[in-house]
Amino acid sequence: MSGIIRLHFELPGNDLMSAGEASSSVKKKLNQLGINPAAVKKAAIAMYEAEINAIIHAGGGTLAVTITKDRINIVISDHGPGIADLDLAMQEGYSTAPDYIREMGFGAGMGLPNIKRNADRLEIKSAVGQGTTVEITVFF
Amino acid sequence: MCGVKTYFHSVTLDEEKCRGCTNCIKKCPTEAIRVRKGKARIINERCIDCGECLRVCPYHAKKAITDSFDMLQSFKYRIALPAPSFYGQFKSGFSRGDILKALLKIGFDEVYEVARGAEIVTAATKKLFETEKLKKPVISSACPAVVRLIQVRFPSLIDNLLKLEAPMEVAAAISRQKAALAHHLADDEIGVFFISPCAAKVTSVKAPFAKEKSHVDGVLPMQDVFLKVIAVLENDPEACTLEQAGFEGIRWASSGGESLALGNDRYLAVDGIHNVLTILESIENDRLEEVDFVEVLACYGGCLGGPLTVENAFVAKTRLKKHIDQARKSDLPTVVPSHDELLWTLDIEHRPVMKLDDDLDKAMKKLEALETINDSLPGLDCGACGAPNCRALAEDIVRGMAHETDCIFVLREKIRALAAEMMELEAKMPPVLDREKTNGTGKTGIGGDASDGG
Ligand SMILES: Nc1ncnc2c1ncn2[C@@H]1O[C@H](COP(=O)(O)OP(=O)(O)OP(=O)(O)O)[C@@H](O)[C@H]1O
Ligand code: SF4
Ligand SMILES: [Mg+2]
Repeated sequence: MSGIIRLHFELPGNDLMSAGEASSSVKKKLNQLGINPAAVKKAAIAMYEAEINAIIHAGGGTLAVTITKDRINIVISDHGPGIADLDLAMQEGYSTAPDYIREMGFGAGMGLPNIKRNADRLEIKSAVGQGTTVEITVFF
Repeated sequence: MCGVKTYFHSVTLDEEKCRGCTNCIKKCPTEAIRVRKGKARIINERCIDCGECLRVCPYHAKKAITDSFDMLQSFKYRIALPAPSFYGQFKSGFSRGDILKALLKIGFDEVYEVARGAEIVTAATKKLFETEKLKKPVISSACPAVVRLIQVRFPSLIDNLLKLEAPMEVAAAISRQKAALAHHLADDEIGVFFISPCAAKVTSVKAPFAKEKSHVDGVLPMQDVFLKVIAVLENDPEACTLEQAGFEGIRWASSGGESLALGNDRYLAVDGIHNVLTILESIENDRLEEVDFVEVLACYGGCLGGPLTVENAFVAKTRLKKHIDQARKSDLPTVVPSHDELLWTLDIEHRPVMKLDDDLDKAMKKLEALETINDSLPGLDCGACGAPNCRALAEDIVRGMAHETDCIFVLREKIRALAAEMMELEAKMPPVLDREKTNGTGKTGIGGDASDGG
């Protein structure tokens, strides 16, 4: 299949050591494609935050990437607890992260707002008890 | 990469000494080295001159292109610019004045401390911060290896770089101007020599990244100058008049020195190229909070750990501390350029050396192929193919620089498959001979023939 690049990553739950590896690897590939740095940065930030969220709030999940000539589409899915009030979660500073997570420098409640700022298109589907799917698109 | 202009960098290979091991290829932060025909080869446009390979090579087969002492002969008036790290190389019995005096004995007419230039850069940085027009966090541009790393691997951070001249350039410009006035010299009669802890600084003189031409004429390796200085070094109480820089400038030699001089707590100082990579990654992910200034130095311990220094960085740090304690509080020299005179005159550009192809369609095809090849490789990252890891080999293959069978495991598989095929072929007999065989055993051969015999 040509003209479309598909990548798939497993995000191991509660493994903060490897958190960010998937995003970092995708970022390298975007640079190899010669995508403009501003778009790469936007995609990298949004993808990184969603990856971290799946790992620390939902016990891990998957990250699927589709790259075509004009865009990157990133779908991060998990089978975690889901988000009860999405509007609330989207607010800056809102976080349910426990103390030990905060000690590691996460849990400022800035992740989702940052995803929103950097994604050109964002769709979040979440159901309590079932999981969350975050779909991010950035145009080149 | 850049059309007509060839890309200069200082680190090179000593063919004689290189044994083609994998130490350097594994440590290179830009994957710029491959082993070919038993020798390490540097992919020039990827090299950022961080000097990591100089440090890890057990055979000392990597060297820095520098200038030699003979170059002093080409100038009527020679100025030495010792980097602050130079002071950390000598036993503590000698004062900074003694060291500077020794430089005058080995062939220089004047010394100007780069530490002095550093103080001017600090003052200019403070001014720039007051304008509040800087993109935070501001990333120090003092280490040329880091600037080049950002150009090739973190292009989105170019805007965060502090766009000010380095202390070496400031020192060179001021001392040059002063000498011309004081001694009625033409510009080309003055030779300004930087005493360098690293290869990266050589490059920043020979191929400046943010200006047309450097004010420095030659770069001498600290190791060579050390040997000359040590031979004539002696205590001289009078020599203290040569000491011009204050402690804040001298402290720039260590990691954290540039930051401390700014008097702002919201800083982070990182040293060592692999730590630098991690921190640049988190800045790029927008994950570094509450920090206004980031000091990033390629060498462990800062310039004291530079690849062309003599002394171990930890020992040098203790020695430097004595000089810091003895130095007065920094005050600025009488002739100080204003901060806008220190601003870069050229913008630096993204150097997309990692790009697989200029054409996006082709780059995508290559990336697809790269992924497929990568999946077929064993993932052992053994380095026997001459590339730093399996993925890099896959990349080299799609770039047409390597072959799949460069992987010894793939090669073995292919040989095994070939061997199996040979066995199979070997068992097959030409029909003429086969008939005989069939007659003898009645077992093998083409179906029709066999039944004939039965
Ligand atoms: N994948 C997810 N599954 C379940 N809950 C989530 C998920 N992603 C986010 N949340 C909820 O939304 C809140 C806000 O998320 P956000 O990323 O904005 O902040 P944070 O992760 O708590 O902190 P920060 O991202 O600044 O480290 C989280 O605290 C969590 O309650
Ligand atoms: S840290 Fe200092 S010595 Fe090392 S490469 Fe950078 S400028 Fe040179
Ligand atoms: Mg988050």
